[in-house]
Amino acid sequence: MTGLFDILGPRMVGPSSSHTAGACRLGYVVQAIVGGAPDEAVVGLHGSFAMTGEGHGTRAAILGGLLGFRPDDPRIRDSQELAREAGLDTRFEIVDLGEEAHPNTARFAVQRGDDRVEVTGCSIGGGRIRVQRIDGFPVDLSGSLPTVVVVGDDVPGTVAEITGMIAGHGLNLATIRVDRTGRGERALMTIETDEDVPAPVLAELAERPWVHWVRNVHQLND
Amino acid sequence: MFRSIGDWFAVCETTGVDLPTAVMQTEARESGRDPEAIRAKIADALAVMRQAVSEGLETTEPSPSGLTGGRARRLADTGPGLLGPTFTDMLSRAIATLEVNARMGLIMATPTAGAAGVVPAVLLTLAEDRGWSDEQLVDALLVAGGVGAVIAERASIAGAGGGCQAETGSAAAMASAAVAWLEGGTREQVAQAIALTLQGMLGLICDPVAGLVEIPCAYRNASAAVNAVAAAEMALAGLDFPIPVDEVIDVMGEVGSKLDVRYRETALGGLAATPAGQRIAEQAGMEQLVQLQRKGRTRGEDTRRFGPS
Repeated sequence: MTGLFDILGPRMVGPSSSHTAGACRLGYVVQAIVGGAPDEAVVGLHGSFAMTGEGHGTRAAILGGLLGFRPDDPRIRDSQELAREAGLDTRFEIVDLGEEAHPNTARFAVQRGDDRVEVTGCSIGGGRIRVQRIDGFPVDLSGSLPTVVVVGDDVPGTVAEITGMIAGHGLNLATIRVDRTGRGERALMTIETDEDVPAPVLAELAERPWVHWVRNVHQLND
Repeated sequence: MFRSIGDWFAVCETTGVDLPTAVMQTEARESGRDPEAIRAKIADALAVMRQAVSEGLETTEPSPSGLTGGRARRLADTGPGLLGPTFTDMLSRAIATLEVNARMGLIMATPTAGAAGVVPAVLLTLAEDRGWSDEQLVDALLVAGGVGAVIAERASIAGAGGGCQAETGSAAAMASAAVAWLEGGTREQVAQAIALTLQGMLGLICDPVAGLVEIPCAYRNASAAVNAVAAAEMALAGLDFPIPVDEVIDVMGEVGSKLDVRYRETALGGLAATPAGQRIAEQAGMEQLVQLQRKGRTRGEDTRRFGPS
């Protein structure tokens, strides 16, 4: 669905809504998933991101996103230097993710402290993005709503527990999606809500014995 | 937002609200934001547009590639041209925003960064002549946003999806509808303004030299602004276009999807793939792009994997 501010916006530093603003948002989502700016990042650029990304500041925009900058942050211009100063060790590679992959796709492998996460996402035009894969799990996140990502054990009753907890705090659930590596193995849940899930709720969720980790991805189109 | 201009107008008809109010109510319902917050966000968009235009006219610093920078100022300094000062102002402002964009300056993508010069150039320039207030401009941007959202749903607003017609064409249709509405045009005249704009831009390819959002983009933003005003003027005079607006938008979508991928923002066709375009790409250090362009020229190689988006 197209919202008014998909058309009047994003407010952004140039030059390309897909190659700059969208690239920045992908980096931003990745740092939000790992809980902050990573210490190390390996970023694979596919298709047009690899081809025409240089002139569009795609790498600078991705780095800016990884540092937590939004698409309108003028620091994106200097993000390569700022990343070095922040001790963010980054390597960009050109990858071929196959014919099926969207031409503006990036694959991230990032580490922050002891946390590692792998994320694949694409920039679909006008600054809009789709996150398609987290740690090998297929997802479909647009960042147009506040999103909580939970990885936990695949045990009975987890969805009911989460939805109950969210409803119990008066929050409205928009979508919920569950994927698992296999029966009784690990499950990934992506939960989109109408408002940001408050930190105490996330902390409560993180304390459940079956939960490995919880990440909060803020709404992107602000 | 709305799936067709027809749906939008039907809402206005049945509920008795005007075009911007229908957009506002729909956005408020779908996003959960209150109307005051939406107006404030649009007012901020207007401020960013103004800032980008003045920065582009003041700063003559070239872009990193050297392809643009200082052209908007040169045009403005040359002074009133063939159609008087308003026309010259409009053209120079369209180019100004794109020059700021090329330097990684702050702009509003309306609907995209590559087409960000059109709506501000048209609205900010005519506002001075016609005396539109900022409140009216916020309403006009609601109208423009409604038009862009319909085009995004039915066709495309991305160069990689539908060529330049999808970017500067959509921006021009948005601007034209906004002007027709500001000038007191009827809903029918607003629809005609959109249709008349798009019919003049159908088939326009996206062929950015060296893959940069600079040439021909900056000049195409200026031409698109001209198209927008021309269409609004014809529509307001009651000139009619016999193909309904939603059908014109569908044609734009159809043409866009049939454009060869080399004409959809890949920089592998059109002006980008000319000998001069290739030389510029080489000078800009776009080694991979140059290799692909050469392959494409000598062997007609399939370039499908780089589009569409």
